[in-house]
Amino acid sequence: MTQPIDAQILLSLYFQILRIRRIEEKIVELYPQQEMRCPVHLSIGQEAIAVGVCQSLEASDYVLSNHRAHGHYLARGGDLKRFFAEIYGKESGCSKGRGGSMHLIDLSVNFFGSTPIVGSSTPVATGVAFAERYLRQKTVTVIFIGDAVVEEGVFHESINFAVLRQLPILYVCENNLYSVYTHLRDRQPRREISSLAQAHGAFTLTDDGNDAVKVYASSKRAVEHIRQGKGPAFLELSTYRWREHCGPNYDNDIGYRTTKEYEDWRKQDPLENLQGSLLSQGVLTHGKIDQMEKTARLEIDEAVKFAKSSAFPKGPVQESDVYAN
Amino acid sequence: MNHKREITYFAAIHEATDFCLKTDPKVFLIGLGVPDPKGIFGTTIGLQKKYGPERVMDMPVSENGLTGICIGAALRGLRPILTHQRVDFSLLSLDQIINNAAKWYYMFGGLLKVPLVIRMVIGCGWGQGAQHSQSLQALFAHIPGLKVVMPTTPYDAKGMLISAVQDNNPVIFLEHRWLHGLKDVVPEESYTVPIGQAKRLKEGHQLTLVASSYMTIESLKAAKILEQEGIQIDLIDLRTVRPFDQELIFQSVKKTGHLLVVDSGWITGGLAGEIIAQVTEHQYAALKAAPQRLALPDIPTPSSPALTKDFYPGYRQIIEKILIMLCCQPKEIQAVLKKIKDDGKPHDVPDLSFTGPF
Repeated sequence: MTQPIDAQILLSLYFQILRIRRIEEKIVELYPQQEMRCPVHLSIGQEAIAVGVCQSLEASDYVLSNHRAHGHYLARGGDLKRFFAEIYGKESGCSKGRGGSMHLIDLSVNFFGSTPIVGSSTPVATGVAFAERYLRQKTVTVIFIGDAVVEEGVFHESINFAVLRQLPILYVCENNLYSVYTHLRDRQPRREISSLAQAHGAFTLTDDGNDAVKVYASSKRAVEHIRQGKGPAFLELSTYRWREHCGPNYDNDIGYRTTKEYEDWRKQDPLENLQGSLLSQGVLTHGKIDQMEKTARLEIDEAVKFAKSSAFPKGPVQESDVYAN
Repeated sequence: MNHKREITYFAAIHEATDFCLKTDPKVFLIGLGVPDPKGIFGTTIGLQKKYGPERVMDMPVSENGLTGICIGAALRGLRPILTHQRVDFSLLSLDQIINNAAKWYYMFGGLLKVPLVIRMVIGCGWGQGAQHSQSLQALFAHIPGLKVVMPTTPYDAKGMLISAVQDNNPVIFLEHRWLHGLKDVVPEESYTVPIGQAKRLKEGHQLTLVASSYMTIESLKAAKILEQEGIQIDLIDLRTVRPFDQELIFQSVKKTGHLLVVDSGWITGGLAGEIIAQVTEHQYAALKAAPQRLALPDIPTPSSPALTKDFYPGYRQIIEKILIMLCCQPKEIQAVLKKIKDDGKPHDVPDLSFTGPF
């Protein structure tokens, strides 16, 4: 049995999901202005995973991610102003406008970067865990991956090494059933994704990725396992991407998935379901919700204002931008 | 101290690695076969015993994964030296090298550095054929964010490996297999040879000959023979191919007006073409004739000795090319070539001590 979770943590989970949802909805609202001139991969519908996992970490832990990184960056505490500024291509962006939405970083919260080649950041994160072990640190490194990453050879190379060396790393697999528009059944045989990690000898858990409380509890278990020095863990979490693979719109009409499938998953909204549950438990009130909405709105408006009013980087790119001293 | 101590190229690499491991606890050495009895052509023998398996280690046969792992370790401030016994094996790791190692610093606004050295062995195989003896410097030199070095002498190998390990960027360190047995005076103490500086090995005013790695050895032979014929060659050993020393090459071409570039890689899209392009763009007025290049023909490396014989350009081809460039008559050229004594070794070994199998 899982232990009851502290009300403060429940409220934090709720607020974080709400905040990420509103941030990405703001992107949806502003994207048509054509001022965000880079691709965006929205995590709307999948926020519970980012929030639940990051809630289970210590400040000294490390997080890396992939192309759909907004939620991970924000849940980890990445700076919101610099987030928007990066998407707007500004010098004040978290990557100084060199990265865009797919290259987020914030060293102040040990968010070490996100990259958009499928599987490519997996060994890099494993290397961060290797270094932490080498440096005798007690941290855990988390890498967020999608269901397609296990189709890449480098995933197996990474987890093989991590298990061999008992590295302190947590592989969090967000299984949202699709890689771009290709369904899991067209890419993988009928077997559990988690069974692959298990076969490598990793401690493996699976859970409902749309339930932040369950995600938090499972992630906490996995992180404890790792912190006890028992080696890497793999957490497979089921979820669903509401909007198109890349961009602000819905795409249920283009033919690769059905509206019914979307509606079924829509009923498992991580935000609404947690809200209902916390209201019925009396942890949350409508007054608190209004307050949280207002807090998020003010912060978002301020961040967008900051991003829009920031300066673009001055070109051309110098050699010193490419090579470190 | 013995200032005339001569050691081989592989001993120089070994000494540099030993120095880096000894002086910086953040340096670690990893590669397939690093602690095995052969120790990457002798360059890593005994180091695991000296520094322990936590710092000197073997790895799973996962070139891509382990390259990424070394990148991650470098992001956290470690200084990995990753070795591949052949450049050909590194091709499995191009995603990590090109997409991550070369770009992490740039694409995250300079927040994280990737101090990583990847040693790769290039060059002439002893019948090793198409997948075990390529020279892929042009492939890596194409990528902004990488530094690519290919020292020729044991002295430079030691000094440049130390520089590479101390550099805060990913450095591709290319060792030509035929250089490993080469001996040279190498100081016992540590020193660095800067990345990005070429070296003039012979001073002359008639033609600029630019070479790198093993081709420098062949070029040096050619220049010495030509010297006996009264032809003075300005021979430049590139040492670093990205970023290459534009200044020294330009300066030399301004003096000679003639440029020949020899390269151990393929001719099309290769390094020789790039150097010629830059000279032509920037020093056109100094050129007295069209620059020329000697490199591998555009076919995969053969295996049979009967086919490798005419595959690799050597000092004879360099001499012939230079004489043509300097407008010598065919009869004169044949006379010079006839005079060259056979060096008494088969064409497919670096020296007589080499008897295979790899």
